Amino acid sequence: MDYFIELFLSGLTRGSIYALIALGYTMVYGIIGLINFAHGEIYMIGAFTSFIVATVLSIYGFPLAAIVVVAGVAAAIWSSAYGYTVEKIAYKPLRHAPRLAPLISAIGMSILLQNYVLLAQTSDFLPFPALIPEFAFMEPVAHIIGSSDLVILLTTTVVMLALTLLIKFTRIGKAMRATAQDRTMALLVGINVDRVISATFILGSALAAIGGLLIASHIGQINFAIGFIAGIKAFTAAVLGGIGSIPGAVLGSLVLGLTESFATGYVSSDYEDVFAFSLLVLILIFKPSGLLGKAEAKKV
Amino acid sequence: MITVKGVTPIDGISAFRRLFSCKKNKKIICKALKRSLLVSLWFVFLTFPIMVIKVNPVERTVSWRWGNIFYVAIGSFVISLLAKAWLVRKERLAARQQAAACPARDSIIHDLLQRPGYRYPLIILFSGVALVFPHLFSTYQANIMTTALMYIVLGLGLNIVVGVAGLLDLGYVAFYAIGAYSYALLNLHFHLGFWAALPIGGLLAALFGVLLGFPVLRLRGDYLAIVTLGFGEIIRLILENWNAFSKGPSGISNIPRPGFFGVEMSLDQAMIYMYYLMIGLVILTIFVVNRLQHSRLGRAWLALREDEIACQAMGIDKTRIKLTAFALGAFWAGLIGVIFAAKTTFVNPASFTFMESAIILAIVVLGGMGSIVGVILGALILILLPEYLRALSEYRMLAFGAILVAMMIFKPEGLIAGVRRTYCFQGRKNAAALQDDE
Repeated sequence: MDYFIELFLSGLTRGSIYALIALGYTMVYGIIGLINFAHGEIYMIGAFTSFIVATVLSIYGFPLAAIVVVAGVAAAIWSSAYGYTVEKIAYKPLRHAPRLAPLISAIGMSILLQNYVLLAQTSDFLPFPALIPEFAFMEPVAHIIGSSDLVILLTTTVVMLALTLLIKFTRIGKAMRATAQDRTMALLVGINVDRVISATFILGSALAAIGGLLIASHIGQINFAIGFIAGIKAFTAAVLGGIGSIPGAVLGSLVLGLTESFATGYVSSDYEDVFAFSLLVLILIFKPSGLLGKAEAKKV
Repeated sequence: MITVKGVTPIDGISAFRRLFSCKKNKKIICKALKRSLLVSLWFVFLTFPIMVIKVNPVERTVSWRWGNIFYVAIGSFVISLLAKAWLVRKERLAARQQAAACPARDSIIHDLLQRPGYRYPLIILFSGVALVFPHLFSTYQANIMTTALMYIVLGLGLNIVVGVAGLLDLGYVAFYAIGAYSYALLNLHFHLGFWAALPIGGLLAALFGVLLGFPVLRLRGDYLAIVTLGFGEIIRLILENWNAFSKGPSGISNIPRPGFFGVEMSLDQAMIYMYYLMIGLVILTIFVVNRLQHSRLGRAWLALREDEIACQAMGIDKTRIKLTAFALGAFWAGLIGVIFAAKTTFVNPASFTFMESAIILAIVVLGGMGSIVGVILGALILILLPEYLRALSEYRMLAFGAILVAMMIFKPEGLIAGVRRTYCFQGRKNAAALQDDE
């Protein structure tokens, strides 16, 4: 039974990390109908920035709390800056181009960012400093759930709540929902759609950066290629929940995390990534609109 | 004072002044300079942590590479200026073209190839160079050329799916892997020769193309891209992990090179033989792909690319043509897979990563989607350049990514645009004359 609970909790942890990345996909898709292939790379850059900042600060002997806060803020700032720039360079000029064009440019951006980090930094796996301490009060249950799992679960819950409030009640949140519903109409009622799109990219990138920081500190190492697999999995989660739907992305991520956790725990860990891909293919065949998505009819 | 053919530096300065004296130009240039300055400042900020700081977490040292800031600043400034210049030029060209009655003509190269006077001498020249190439240069050069030729065929194959039918396939490398592994495994278990495995590899890949095609038929462009990407990864992961079947990550070695009626060949001769084999295959591919594009099926693919719903409304069986596009595209990848296995005599899953698909996609996009000449040119540029510019080969993948983005923004039709059949009504007289011509 302990094993089951352990797998369940580790599935939840995985799922909540996927959710942080999947939200970026789903928000961007909801607003401009584009799969932002470079989003996984934004997450990787978030992890790298926090790695660099945290390591520099720890070398210069700052206290742990300061390191965590500064690394987190730096990761969010730079990831958002990258997300914003990617949108301006690779997607904005192609907003009225045929559908294939922004997709190809997104894939190009993803390859470009990966190799940029590879060349500017290194291709080795780097040890990520442990930013989350082992709490003493977690001692009795440490064999089932680690401290970092707990921190990840709590952080994601708080972030999700904040995001929900932001989208429900703030001005920019309302503008985002309006733009997602109908871009032309949003323009007509005086919403600056370009700014809304930028805000969406910034917000999504910041979430991915937090995810990057948390997972890197949880796993303990990073590499320039981590964004690729994480990106595809988060995308799978977003599709599973119904792309464009924010609660759907969270639900899909948790389902994917649990599936992976149980499949690797009870079946085999060799095919960890195959499960996610197969799940993706199966959903797209049988229910392309996802768990919470609405099937959209294409008007001619 | 140095003068060149009567042009004094004063002339140059006055030309420069004239450029600036034009009020409109001056305004545009000043604005562009200011913008580029801001862009380069932004990029300095953006790339600061990753370009400047490098930490060594084991020895706990930090190196600050301040010099990189200057490269980033200058690089982004220049690129931003060039991009602006290109966009301004493109706008002006578009305005001029709109003023003209007829749309732009085909590119020069297509034009040349259309004229019999140029067409045949050009073809003879190219085939002459291709035939004597291994004798003029070393076997090493021939070997590199063989690789480039393989990528030409791969590019032409992917061109059917992406360029002509407009289905973005990111898992193309899976079919390549299927071809390579089918030869490797058939040889290992049944001692099948190269020539027997070649069609089997192609057909097997085509079969997998149909198998992949079925589930993704209903999907729109972006979903299709992701599913094919997932498919490519699944194939690679299976090859990596199913040790009993594919010998896992260590791969299969000692695959025989292709035979020639049982003649014993030295390594050099085998390489040259391989080269001629590829020349033959490239010619066959060009012929088949060219015929396909102008067939009923090819026109149906174009219609599918342009507008799926309209295409269906014209009575085209969408399912059938999508499946044939997948199958025919995959077929060439399978063939090249077999050849790849025979050429390197060794296959392992590491040769079939997503990056390989990205390279082939870059070839198609750079050359021009739907254009055969373009794809050939794209493959030659992207495969030969990094081989000869060894110093730059580190930056190869970076460049491929940049090419994909830049081509989409600046020149989505590629270096050599595909021939787009357009009809332009030029008054009744001309139309009648055209009819007489036919």
